[in-house]
Amino acid sequence: MRNAQMRVFRGDATGGDFKEYTVPVEDGMVVLDAIHYIQREIDPDLAVRWNCKAAKCGSCSAEVNGRPSLMCKSRMESFAEGEIIFVEPLRTFPLMRDLVTDVSWNYEQNKRIKPFTPKEDAKWVMYQEDVERVQEFRKCIECFLCQDVCHVLRDHDRKDAFIGPRFMVRVASLEMHPLDQGDRMKFLHDEGGVGFCNITKCCSEVCPEDIHITDNAIIPLKERIVDDYYDPIAKFFKTIFSKN
Amino acid sequence: MRKADERYRLDIFCRVQNIAEELNGSQNMTSTKPADIPNKQFLSTRREDNWWLGPASIALGFTLFIIYATVRAFENQYFEVSNLLSPFYSPKLEFDWWHYSPAILILWIPAGFRATCYYYRKAYYRSFFLTPPACGVTGIGGYKYCGESKFPFIIQNIHRYMFYLATIVLAILWWDALQTLFTAGHFFDFSHLQFSVGSLIFFANVIFLSGYTFGCHAFRHLVGGGLDCFSCTEGSKTAMTFWEKVTKLNENHQLWAWLSLFSVGFTDFYVRCVASNVIPDYVFFSLAK
Repeated sequence: MRNAQMRVFRGDATGGDFKEYTVPVEDGMVVLDAIHYIQREIDPDLAVRWNCKAAKCGSCSAEVNGRPSLMCKSRMESFAEGEIIFVEPLRTFPLMRDLVTDVSWNYEQNKRIKPFTPKEDAKWVMYQEDVERVQEFRKCIECFLCQDVCHVLRDHDRKDAFIGPRFMVRVASLEMHPLDQGDRMKFLHDEGGVGFCNITKCCSEVCPEDIHITDNAIIPLKERIVDDYYDPIAKFFKTIFSKN
Repeated sequence: MRKADERYRLDIFCRVQNIAEELNGSQNMTSTKPADIPNKQFLSTRREDNWWLGPASIALGFTLFIIYATVRAFENQYFEVSNLLSPFYSPKLEFDWWHYSPAILILWIPAGFRATCYYYRKAYYRSFFLTPPACGVTGIGGYKYCGESKFPFIIQNIHRYMFYLATIVLAILWWDALQTLFTAGHFFDFSHLQFSVGSLIFFANVIFLSGYTFGCHAFRHLVGGGLDCFSCTEGSKTAMTFWEKVTKLNENHQLWAWLSLFSVGFTDFYVRCVASNVIPDYVFFSLAK
């Protein structure tokens, strides 16, 4: 059995620093197990948010060696022997304590999105080909790793102007829904800040559910925005067909 | 390592200080304070891997291509020989009032199509604009960042129009490739059918260009991506079939982008070599007597 050298961020709103721990590594161990070992054997007051340990609840998001990751999906054996493993909280959101950040801003964004609005005469029969695109978006576990890595929120701190990739996915899931008739394009253009995304695809890279956030959600939304705001020919045809 | 630790401690300190100020001011942890960007020093990251290798390679590849294409566009010679016409100069637009290289009149179309392409945007925003250089690595720009919501990058929204123009150019390049199958001056005369190294290169080029052009995100939207219901009408069912095929191409858009960029440069290079008598265009077979 080998030992892993870990440096875990300890601190709260008044200050903090990395603290070094030595953790024995067992077969199949993940970073969250190591954090639990520290809690159990060394520092019982280490704060960490977790729930399922199966990459389905999206609670144990953190930055492991600088990469936004789920701790329960980061295998200890993927680190080289002797490599120091840094574990720190998500940088994009306000720190509460140790590895726990306040992600409530995300829930506020969710409330701003017009909810599912079915057609009045909806027949409630859907075919697989119509819902397949939307089903991909429903895989989201709201771990907010995409929000954390998005440079618009992370580097530029434009939380006042951009709702972030997670909520682009939510808007896409509603806009592409065959039974929905709500229009969220004006919101997306004026308030959601779709223009802030420069499609550098980091959100897709970190998504633990492998949702193609940029290609399947954000870019199609950008194209719909082009239809409504920047392409007079498309707007003309859209107007004609919607009248009919 | 130690320097990096110190830098990070400073980052965290700034961040905590900022949050503390925020709490003192408004007692609201979720609010953000636009004037202060905490812990954001350029290129700060905890990543220890070679994250710089990808953007650096792309920057090098793009720079070499741009230099080569610019030199060739202004060279204004060795672009046509026998039945081979360089893709940089096709269609060959010659006017009395234009006294410069004809390539300048046409290259803005493929250049504009690629510059506004969603894949290339990702690549050059990372490699040249460093927004961000890599995931989890702090890039350039502070709170004033506005992405593609304002001038100049709002112009990226013309991508579908560039797609329309690029499709016309592509059709002409297919025509040029077909011309290589016949000896010069005998187009569509099947008694003069031939197949040369030039034909092989020209066809490879137009296939790669087609894979790139028809896997475009804008085209994917136009053929059916804009629909919410694929099963509603016969038309939307047909649209879904097209959309699925374009999606297949689109999944490898990056690969097609690089293959076509390389092939278009190489095709021009081959034409230049043949036109300047460095190498002959080797003919595999010819029906001409």
